[in-house]
Parts: sequence; structure tokens; C-alpha cells
Amino acid sequence: MNRLRPVWTLLLGLLITLLLFTVASAQTESDGAFRVDRLNALIFMALFSIVILIYTRWAKSGKKLFIRKINGLDEVEEAVGRATEMGKPVLFIPGLQEIDEIETIAAISILGRVAKITARYDTPLMVPVRYPMVMAAGQEVVEQAYIEEGKPDAYNKDIVRYVAGEQFAFTATVNGIMMRDRPATNIFMGAFFAESLLLAETGNAAGSIQIAGTAQPSQLPFFIAACDYTLMGEELYAASAYLSHEPLLLGGLKGQDWMKIILVLSILIGTILLSFGVGDWFYDLYKSV
Amino acid sequence: MRTTVPVIIAFLSGFVMILAFFFNPEKSFIGRLEPEVLAWVTIVGGFTLLLGVVSIVRVNFTAVKRRKENWPYKLATLISIFAMAIPAILPSSWSPLLGTGTGSIYDWLFNYLDAPMMSTMFAMLAFYIASAAFRAFRARNAEATLLLVTATLVMLWRVPMGEAFLKSIHGDLPQYINTYIMGGANLAVQRGIIIGAAMGAAAMSLRIMLGIERTYMGK
Repeated sequence: MNRLRPVWTLLLGLLITLLLFTVASAQTESDGAFRVDRLNALIFMALFSIVILIYTRWAKSGKKLFIRKINGLDEVEEAVGRATEMGKPVLFIPGLQEIDEIETIAAISILGRVAKITARYDTPLMVPVRYPMVMAAGQEVVEQAYIEEGKPDAYNKDIVRYVAGEQFAFTATVNGIMMRDRPATNIFMGAFFAESLLLAETGNAAGSIQIAGTAQPSQLPFFIAACDYTLMGEELYAASAYLSHEPLLLGGLKGQDWMKIILVLSILIGTILLSFGVGDWFYDLYKSV
Repeated sequence: MRTTVPVIIAFLSGFVMILAFFFNPEKSFIGRLEPEVLAWVTIVGGFTLLLGVVSIVRVNFTAVKRRKENWPYKLATLISIFAMAIPAILPSSWSPLLGTGTGSIYDWLFNYLDAPMMSTMFAMLAFYIASAAFRAFRARNAEATLLLVTATLVMLWRVPMGEAFLKSIHGDLPQYINTYIMGGANLAVQRGIIIGAAMGAAAMSLRIMLGIERTYMGK
């Protein structure tokens, strides 16, 4: 019972939220303050939260969780090791979006893990960024990584530096760094757009080992063609949990997998019902305006 | 304290955005919170721009001062920053060359230097695609050969001359490529990746909101 306390807490929280919704809707003169058409999203969110919390609790209690191998992430340490042997730097690009984008937050989380490895091996790290807020977050994470590895003196504020706000000015600067400094390892994590191939091909021409990860489906083919390892979609968000091996974070991944199973089953049931012409009610359950 | 306060801020910010999603902005205060919070993000972003300028000037100025390797490039960066920024900041009432209006120094630099350079970078993509495609489409094994054949068909379908050629083989061939390759296999895989990524993003957001995931703070 005690193990499931967060779940009950969350359920209670959701009940209170629903109650607030009802009160708010009743107090509004005209009806429709609460988006009833989005009730399905609320229910799905509640279910999603409960499943993740249950798995997080299981993981915390010591239950062994199987997480499949992600080659791109296993190679991060190898790639940094290669840079150390060659005496060359590691280049990390945390995408081209602002810090309020979840892909950038995922990239910053991975940067923390990479910085720990570079700090451990005394390998130079370069992190050019496009937005000052990303720079501030990146500096904080890298500094913390160097402190945790017992090398605060090796930390330099300019490891994470702002280079340009314009998309292609940023690309030109990073390409210049690749060709002049010849980093042994390039790590591209986060949201990338038209510049993805320009960056990855330049890195390839410079002879660097390249690991990329993005949730932008249109950029994935470019990274797959030009990089040695590519993390696709959800693997980017799983990276911080995978690299840290923390049971609490791994529990979240398992919960996520269960929700995917539920979604796949829904798609299959919906396809079958609609194929037989009796699935309109089922389709409406998932519709949101 | 150093960790607790950011976790509380992350939870409150996330919770406000979730609440706002379920309320009608025209009929409730909670619904109007979303644009308010996003406006705050823009304001904070505006202030941090100064951090960026300080960073770029410090890094490049130090390199020029110490005559580090490739220092002329750093000098060009510094000159470019100030050449663009100073005339744009000064009021146009002093001179028509100042400010950001038509005919100003900023306008001239933007239209005749900045924009063409951006276009050049984008145009270079065509050559990079060619070199990447050359590597990716080599028929090394069965899967790579399948990729080569599929890519060739799609590329032919995308250009008018290729489409005419495909039609000469079979009138409905372009339509089949559109339906089965682009609308079938390609779209299904893309949607699979999008669903997986959306679930990953939602799970990560939840982990951050509940304070389970603190790696973005270096923990």
C-alpha cells in the first residue's frame, strides 16, 4: 500500500483538478469554460501518469527492469575514449531550438552525461549553442559534471558558448570549427532542421566519429546517411535514463512502453472496427479539437 | 534548496500549461494563462540575449588578444557583430543611415551580405545531399539494394521528366509510387516514429514535472 502512495496522491490530485474544473465551469456565466472535448486527453494523461508512477515505484523497490540495448548510446563512451587517445576534442551540439523545447532539455541531459566522461578522461569538450538560455543551462550542467568528477578546475565557462542566433550562421560557425579543430567525435542531440545534413556531412568529411539523435522524422534519413550511429525519436528521450542507469528513470521508460502497447492495441482495434464499418464511436473516443 | 526550487518552478510551469490546455481561453482565466506564461518565456529570453553577446565577445576577444590560431576569423566575427548592432541600436532620428529602416546601414548589411550568405549556405545543401545519397545508396546488401531501388523510383516520380518516363512504362506507375511507397510504407514508419517520440516527450515531461528526472540540472 505504501509503495503505491504516489499513485493515490496523483489520483487524488486529478480528482481535485476535476472538481476544480467542475466548479470553474459552474461559476462561469456561459457554459464551456472546461473543454469537454478534451476530456479524452485528460483521461489518457491520467492513465499515462499512473502507469509511469507504478513502474517508477517498482524500479525504486529494486525490481529488475529489462531495457533493450541502444547501440548509439553504448558507443558514446567509446567515442569519447577515441577522442582522448587522439588528443582531440569532442564536439556536442544540443540542437537548434530554445530551452523550452523538450528535445533541447533531453539534449542538455545527455550533455551532462557526456561532460562527466570528458571530465573523467580530461578530454576537451566544445559545446556551441544557438540560444543564450541554452548556453546558461548547458554551462550549469557541464560545471556540475566537472565538479562531480572531482575536476572543478578543469571546467572552463567557454566550453559552452553562444556562437550565433541565425540558423545558417550557426551552421557555418560549427562547420568552421569542425574543419579547423577536427574534433574526433561529434555528438548531435536535439532538434535539427535543414542544417542537419550540412553539419553531419562536414563532420563526416572531417573524419569524425558521429553520433546523432533527433525526434524530427524528416531529418533522420540525413543523420542515418552521414553519421555512424543515430538515435531515432524516443531513443533521444530515453538517453539520459539509459546512460545514468538510475532505476527511477528506467522505470519511466518501462511505463512509456506499456502506454505504447495500449496505443498499438487501440490502433489495431480501431482499424478492425472501422474496416467492418462499426468503428465510428471508437474513432470519436480519440478525437480532440 | 539548489535543486528543490527549480523542481518546484518546473512543476508549477508544467502544471499551469496542462491546466490551460483543458480550459477555454475566452471563458476562463486559467485558459488565458498559456499565452501569459509563453510571454514570460520570451521576456526571459530577451534578457538572456545579453549573456549570449557577452559570451561571444569574450571568447573571440580573448582569441584575438592572445593571437590564437585562426584569430583573424575571430576578429571578423567581432567586427561583424558591432557593425550590425551599433548602427541598428542608434536612433534613426540622428541619421537615415542609423536604425533598422530602409536605406540604413543595418538594412544594407542585412540585404546584401547577411541574406545572400544564408541563401548560399542553404543552396550548398544540394551538393551535400548528392554526396550523402552516393554513400547511402550503394547496393552493398539486400536492404541497401531495396533502398536504392525505392529511392530511384521516388526521385524519378518527383521530377516531371522522370514522371513522364514512369508513365511511359505504365500509366499508373506514378500513382502507385505515391500510394504505396509515400502514402504507405513511408508514412507508416514516420507515424510510428512520431508516436514513439511523442510518448517519449510526454514521459520525459512528466518525469521532469514530478522531479524524478533532474539530469537537466546536472544531477
